[in-house]
Amino acid sequence: MSATAAEPGAPGIYHKAGSLSRERRWALWTAYASLTVAAIIFLAPPFYMLITSFKTSAEVAGMTGNPWLVRDPTLENYWAILANPMFARFMLNSIIITACVVALTMVISILAAFALARMRFFGSQVLATGVFLTYLVPDTLLFIPLYQIVGGLGLLNSIWGLILVYPTLTVPFCTWIMIGYFASIPKELDEAALIDGATWPQMLLKIFIPVALPGIIAATIFAFTVSWAAFVYPTAFVTTPDQMPLTIGVVSQLVRADTFAWGQIMAGALMAALPPVIIYAFLMDYYIAGLTAGATKG
Amino acid sequence: MAEVSLRKIIKAYEGGVQAVKGIDLEIDDHEFVVLVGPSGCGKSTTLRMIAGLEEITGGDIAIGGTIVNDIPPRDRDIAMVFQNYALYPHMSVYENMAFGLTLRKFPKAEIDKRVKNAAEILDITPLLERKPKALSGGQRQRVAMGRAIVRNPKVFLFDEPLSNLDAKLRVQMRTEIKKVHQRVKTTTIYVTHDQVEAMTLADRVVVMNHGIIEQVGPPQELYHSPATKFVAGFIGSPAMNFFPARLEEASGALRLHLPQDIVLEVPEARAARYRSYAGKQVLFGIRPEHLTDDKPTDKTNPAPLTLTPEVIEPMGMETLAHFKIDGAEISARLDPETPARAGEPLRLIAHMDQMHLIDPTTDKVI
Amino acid sequence: MAADGSLAVSDASGVSRGSANTMQRFARRRSTIAFVMTLPLLVVIVGLVAYPAVYAIYLSTLNRRMTEFAGLLNFELLFESDTFWNVAFQSCFFAITAVLLKASIGFWLAHMLHHIPNKGQRKWRGMLLVPWVIPPALSTLGWWWMFDPSYSSINWLLAVISVPEVPWLGHHWWARIAIIMVNVWIGTPFFMIMYLAALKSVPEQLYEAAAIDGASSWQRLRYVTLPMMANIISITVLFSLIVTFANYDIVRVLTNGGPRDLTHVFASYAFQVGILSGNIPRGAAVSLFMFPILAICAFFVLRSVTRRNKEQM
Repeated sequence: MSATAAEPGAPGIYHKAGSLSRERRWALWTAYASLTVAAIIFLAPPFYMLITSFKTSAEVAGMTGNPWLVRDPTLENYWAILANPMFARFMLNSIIITACVVALTMVISILAAFALARMRFFGSQVLATGVFLTYLVPDTLLFIPLYQIVGGLGLLNSIWGLILVYPTLTVPFCTWIMIGYFASIPKELDEAALIDGATWPQMLLKIFIPVALPGIIAATIFAFTVSWAAFVYPTAFVTTPDQMPLTIGVVSQLVRADTFAWGQIMAGALMAALPPVIIYAFLMDYYIAGLTAGATKG
Repeated sequence: MAEVSLRKIIKAYEGGVQAVKGIDLEIDDHEFVVLVGPSGCGKSTTLRMIAGLEEITGGDIAIGGTIVNDIPPRDRDIAMVFQNYALYPHMSVYENMAFGLTLRKFPKAEIDKRVKNAAEILDITPLLERKPKALSGGQRQRVAMGRAIVRNPKVFLFDEPLSNLDAKLRVQMRTEIKKVHQRVKTTTIYVTHDQVEAMTLADRVVVMNHGIIEQVGPPQELYHSPATKFVAGFIGSPAMNFFPARLEEASGALRLHLPQDIVLEVPEARAARYRSYAGKQVLFGIRPEHLTDDKPTDKTNPAPLTLTPEVIEPMGMETLAHFKIDGAEISARLDPETPARAGEPLRLIAHMDQMHLIDPTTDKVI
Repeated sequence: MAADGSLAVSDASGVSRGSANTMQRFARRRSTIAFVMTLPLLVVIVGLVAYPAVYAIYLSTLNRRMTEFAGLLNFELLFESDTFWNVAFQSCFFAITAVLLKASIGFWLAHMLHHIPNKGQRKWRGMLLVPWVIPPALSTLGWWWMFDPSYSSINWLLAVISVPEVPWLGHHWWARIAIIMVNVWIGTPFFMIMYLAALKSVPEQLYEAAAIDGASSWQRLRYVTLPMMANIISITVLFSLIVTFANYDIVRVLTNGGPRDLTHVFASYAFQVGILSGNIPRGAAVSLFMFPILAICAFFVLRSVTRRNKEQM
């Protein structure tokens, strides 16, 4: 059968089998080569940040030799940044903001998603679509009017102003994916609970939340990473270091402080990036589930 | 324990589509009633209205003498077993069964006693600590029943509980359900599309079609004296054969004239019943098991006819022969030893004392 | 036994009873509860997204000191300025180039990842997603340092293969390329992971059937993979187009619009004009230019998503 397809003069079926496996080996080789190149490029910047963070100020200022190597590694940048009260303040602000926003987001989106997924009511379909559209509105379109609104509330230059506006980044997407997770729970399960005597709040607490726990974890991770990495709003609304979260704090204050403190800046940036990276490392499957949920669940 | 009564129950959806068109049904205490019919006949909707999962558009439902139209499901004192079991995936078998009682704030000791007892009845005691994911289909089915039993409700509702099981397990669980009912004797309403399930389980079968009840009665009654063409065709497998026929009276005797010049004699016992239809077009119905090969028989009124089978299906204990008469599919149950062959004419006997005549204008059995 | 074999004759008169029964009240109460539960969401959507969006339109019609209505003056002034047209060009150039690159590299990597044995995939996926996980502002800071004019680690590597020094952030075209590079670096993993999920959802039997029908690996890609993934590709591309078009972090950290305002995108220019120079109405006008493009993308995303939902039902 395949002998006819083989090149003329080829010794029949055996040759064909050999070429197939060679083809496959080639494909595999290409795959590994591409992935290796990609991994090197993808990991080079954080690696370079790490290298820099181990360099002494003198070495950075020297600006000679191979920048990808460190001659006498030191942790002094880390000690310096940890001893810096400004950095501690940024960290604390980030933690407060993120904790509040995550809690707020999850309460809002779980309640709303439960109502939208299960309790059909007037306009629920429109609202579900609205949630999705809101998710598509970027923060850079809203920060100027929000600047006015937050200013009107007297919350400019305050972490509370940020806590107020961050939900625009997190709530729509989290609600959207929670609707997806709740909708995938079979309808018979709530009917069984209804007959078993559960009220609406009991059904949510004892059935929906435990069953959709993977989705809730994914949404929580999303809310966490987004509010930890938020940049536009703090840049626009916060001007003094004592109210800054890490992202803008590291980018504006540390950079401004000393142009040659690259080691410290990189140490600060890496430590600021650590919490999302740690969460990612330990909860990668949930992280990816949350990432892809928008398109595969929705 | 309680009786259930449905009075003029109507379910209409927005847009005026009626799923249930005003049905009446009285179910006795301890009775096992099966609602059966093709999909979309309204049987599940009826059950869900009894459960309180669907709103009633019109009529009254009473459980144990109380009208429950306005009572939410949790206060109707019913338990339900769903087609896909609806076990809570995050709870163990024990917790699944205890959930309803926990919500009703039963004392721990009482819950424990009831769960253990139900597990005993259903033979699932070793599974109590497992999660539903770790159970087989049959075991899940038992747990779902256990969840109903522990509640000790007035009524059990079963919504196609065996449809997700494979054929062998289905037969086994069918027996199991019957055993459980004989033991706990709770009034049971059971919905299925499978007429065999209905016949084997029910004290009384309710045949539904297009949102109305076609017939209510014990299984044997439905089999022997169906009230309508639908019931006649729905109950029994393979289904009853229908031939268009003309009833003629000649010298006091009634004869059926079938297509292909087949003439069958109507037994005298039935003559009085059918006489008024003489000279009219009717539908002649006879079950495959009453259309057998020609051999000495003790049945009275055998009428011979010769047909040519299209397909012969040996089943072991019997052989099915399929024919086509004027486009109508006809089947007969033959003795397995019969040397019947597809394409060769075969002499058959119609047992006319088991015949049915249907008025084609009303689809009622005469 | 109350065996009444009688037929229940249906009277199809679906008269709904006048008295409002408690089941209906129950249902009405249910929708009240549902409404209360969605109220916080409504506050966020209406108060913090819909209202500000409308408010932005109002703001854009005011004069600089926000004391009186100025009509379309802000827009007219923008149309007359070269800077604005540069910004518009740079935004579109940046978004389209970056998204195309991210989509193609992401697709390639997803495909490669899909081809290697299953047990290795997790490890590679874990490494390749790192750029997406680090907060963009912070990783861009690292890139900035790599582009440093006097001590660029990238230029050092290029020097090894004898490529002359590149003025990364000094020349506007190189700066534009640098911005695209960083954006592609950050965003490619997202495409990769989405496409990988989509690839995994294509049933293996389809490929087997196609192989038996005699399709080559290229034909399998063309006639099986791509059609099956078309929807998710369009959703991802459109979504990324929105996000990339509205990007701010990279430009802010890397170039801050320089050199000579030639690398500004709408978002960073709006920020410069609105917040830094304090001309709120003009800034609002700039940011509003993002709206039509975003609306078009959003429309198509929504259409794809609904279509996808229908398919899955």
